[in-house]
Amino acid sequence: MIDSKKLDPNFKFEVSKEIGGENIKHCFSCGTCTVGCPVREIDDKYNPRKIIRMVLLGMRERVLKSDFIWLCSMCYTCYDRCPQGVHLTDIMTALKNIAVREGYIHPAFKAQAELVGAFGRLYEVEDFDNKKRNKLGLPPVKKTFDEVTKLLKDSDLKELIK
Amino acid sequence: MKYALFLGCTIPVRSQNYEMSAREIAKKLGINFVDIEDFACCGFPVKSSSTEASLVLAARNLAIAAEKKLTICTLCNACTGVLTEANKELNENKELREKVNDKLSKIDKEFKKGVKIRHFSRILYEDIGLDELKGMVKRDLSSLKLSVHYGCHYERPKNLYDDFDDPENPISLDKLVEATGAKSVDYKGKLDCCGGAILGVQEDIALEMAKNKLDHVTANKVDGLVTHCPFCSIMYEDNRRKIESKFNVQYNNLPVFFYPQLLGLAMGLDKKQLGFRLNKIKATALLDKLGIE
Repeated sequence: MIDSKKLDPNFKFEVSKEIGGENIKHCFSCGTCTVGCPVREIDDKYNPRKIIRMVLLGMRERVLKSDFIWLCSMCYTCYDRCPQGVHLTDIMTALKNIAVREGYIHPAFKAQAELVGAFGRLYEVEDFDNKKRNKLGLPPVKKTFDEVTKLLKDSDLKELIK
Repeated sequence: MKYALFLGCTIPVRSQNYEMSAREIAKKLGINFVDIEDFACCGFPVKSSSTEASLVLAARNLAIAAEKKLTICTLCNACTGVLTEANKELNENKELREKVNDKLSKIDKEFKKGVKIRHFSRILYEDIGLDELKGMVKRDLSSLKLSVHYGCHYERPKNLYDDFDDPENPISLDKLVEATGAKSVDYKGKLDCCGGAILGVQEDIALEMAKNKLDHVTANKVDGLVTHCPFCSIMYEDNRRKIESKFNVQYNNLPVFFYPQLLGLAMGLDKKQLGFRLNKIKATALLDKLGIE
């Protein structure tokens, strides 16, 4: 049941101000996104049409606290097929971005941000890796990037960066 | 032909066979890869947490390429997508560009317009061309039946890629495979995502996405699956055992390899140079079929 007193009518405007969230109000709920979604095909807990509808209705808390917004695999199938140019993949990213700022970051993305903050890459490069690369005839790669760490410490992810 | 080689995070430590084979065939084709050790993460891994942070990281790499006046050659689909998108956004949106450049100024870098980003497969398809590739074939691969996996971010979303291929009916990778003499076999769900981006979020969904792909590909009894993205490969190769035991299925060691490994074989290169030893699922049956020891 939706309790109208708990709805936040400004949520759609909030989303539309995010990078990539601009077109959310264009959605007319045709469901093209959901029909072609490879994640939805496996688990109907992820339903892009429903998520957009929830945002338009103002179900802010439920959307931002949910586990489903993290399930978009960012394949851009819906993005290309949407007749209204809603740019759904970007809307999901915008929702995740807001959720992160509200303190609901998913542990997988927290871990990724921490790794990139520490090493400038998603994986730590160890001496072993460069030795292996050398054996394979490949040039060594840098192990850390101070510039990346500095940039992330200056971003809205700064609390995650050591 | 000169490109700044963008390796990204995964390739240098987990897909050296992709890198080795790409470098080998580039040499053969007269492509000069410039290694830039300052290239770091493309920005994709932080995009879900902060689009702005992702743009800044992408812009840092683009700024480095601009200083060197080089087109970026990517090997990973996600790097291709994030760098191309950031480049477009920052070219078109002055306010965003100023914001990002303000951040970059603290490390003495600046995003400048004019950089281009190309996936290696697109370079082979557009800049080298199929005829030239066909002319380089030294080994007969006509006995091979293969399927290709395009992956996302290579030609999707459409507005990033100048219509070089059709995202709903792509042909470039099929044509590249056929240029080697092998046959490219169509299959159901060819455009479906590997699931890699949500492997850490909900593993069972990601693995089922990969399983569905492997089901459809193996239904046609092909000799192998050709990819051109390290993460797609991780889904179909590194996670194979896990998928087989979780879903109680068997894919009879269907090998997964990178397109440059296939092209290298066609060019008559040695399997060692092409890093076949590093493939987790050995392409033994395929190599035997070709009479390669």
